[in-house]
Amino acid sequence: MGEQRVAIVGIHEYPSRHTHGTVTPLQIKAHSAANALDDAGLTWHDIDALYDDGDGIQWPGFMMPQYFDLDLRVIDTTTVGGSSFELHVAHAMRDLGSGRANVALLTYGAVARSSERNIGTGASFGASVPDPIANMEACWGPTVVSGYAQFARRYMHDHGLRGEQLAEIAVTARSHALRNPDAVQAIKDLDLKPGLREITVDDVMSSRMVADPLHAMECCMISDGGGAVVLATEAVARDCAAKPVWVQGAGETVRFHRNDDDMTITGAARSGPAAFAQAGVTPADIDIAMIYDSFTITVLSALEDLGFCAKGDGGEFVADGRLRFDTPGLAVNTDGGGLSSNHPGQRGIFLLIEAARQLRGASTSQVPDARLAVAHGTGGTLDRVHASGTVVLGVD
Amino acid sequence: MVLRSVLPQFPEPDTQPFWDATQKHELRYQVCKACDSVVFYPRSHCTTCTSLDLAWMTSRGVGTIYTFTIVRRNQDPAFVDLVPYVVAWVDLDEKFRMLTHIVDIDPEDPSLEIGARVEVHWLDQGEVSLPAFRIQSSP
Repeated sequence: MGEQRVAIVGIHEYPSRHTHGTVTPLQIKAHSAANALDDAGLTWHDIDALYDDGDGIQWPGFMMPQYFDLDLRVIDTTTVGGSSFELHVAHAMRDLGSGRANVALLTYGAVARSSERNIGTGASFGASVPDPIANMEACWGPTVVSGYAQFARRYMHDHGLRGEQLAEIAVTARSHALRNPDAVQAIKDLDLKPGLREITVDDVMSSRMVADPLHAMECCMISDGGGAVVLATEAVARDCAAKPVWVQGAGETVRFHRNDDDMTITGAARSGPAAFAQAGVTPADIDIAMIYDSFTITVLSALEDLGFCAKGDGGEFVADGRLRFDTPGLAVNTDGGGLSSNHPGQRGIFLLIEAARQLRGASTSQVPDARLAVAHGTGGTLDRVHASGTVVLGVD
Repeated sequence: MVLRSVLPQFPEPDTQPFWDATQKHELRYQVCKACDSVVFYPRSHCTTCTSLDLAWMTSRGVGTIYTFTIVRRNQDPAFVDLVPYVVAWVDLDEKFRMLTHIVDIDPEDPSLEIGARVEVHWLDQGEVSLPAFRIQSSP
């Protein structure tokens, strides 16, 4: 018996970006799952595979099946920060495709805003049990932002990239966000500067420096939020309420600093080609790219390493609004991204959700006749250790 | 002596010899006795071949800035009063790369740049000494 095709059949994005402590991450996960199951025309009883990265829960493999009340055949708690969800889809494609399970659930919920977690500019290491890596790094006070900033500085040095070119990515994200009612609400509720208007490269470049060369407007927001994705085998997907969005290829890796290594090559250079090869497509075939935008540099480096343009050509590739949904060529982060729509800490699930919306024809910045999309997650920090997960999605 | 509140924690057998040597202001790294590969950060196995036999070496403490940033915001109480500070990846001449601080310099000083030659500058903390770096005075 050959491999079965696997599809995304249900999606839900939790709308609120500031819950003021009224809900827990578990409740956000459960409410999102229920809505995504409704979207698919399935119920809790149909789920037999669960993927969950815990995000602070000590034993998600125990907690989540019990909380959701599920009878499972597959449990996967791969935890690699914001890219966890792309790895989960890669694993669900494998597990459902090989017949070990039929319906997979991925959920995410976090209240980073309500609980005032300083994700980017706070402590990077837990201080519970001594470990060798923390022992060599924690004493220097690296933050998440400082890690991406060190990566960005070397990138600019090696590849001739300018800050103004990076700023274009933030400008495009805000432009898409202003078309997305949930993102507009986020801009209001989280009081994002400069309020409800387009931003310019000058706005970005004159915003506060957080860690050189990264300015505040190049850093993702800290919000509450969550979501859910339901995947199913082709046999189940054919009877679902929503049009199947096929998982056509996936790739994953983890990359970290090594002695004498070129830091500017990210895990995308490994996860991307694997995903494209499995899907039998090339970057030139892709209509929509949902690229994890923890920072502007995260997007630019991924676009190059995924092969959308050559290394060093990214600055030109993102210039003059070329990533916008209504300009020719690739459309990127059409929901507004982590820079301007939501970022509760691990944004990877939203990349899948917006990619699926585009392929269903339901984005607020819809690309006409979108057929192929890429969701590419980057978790961790690009200088110290990061994971990359690439998923190619398509419709018949 | 400016005391830092985030320091290595023990027992931690992989990194204990590295930190013990810092008390004598010695910057240690490891070389595999079987294949001569440099191992850093410290571990008890060679990451190139399967040897478990590593030798501890002492670095000259001189290297080159691979990249750096000026941290202008850190809300961690342990570092909030230290900003702005310069975090860097430094390539030591013995071919290992380490996270560190560049100290004794105005962060806006133009001599702080990728490729700048740096030398170790110890920050004594009692039980351990932290290997920060400063721009090399005479090359």
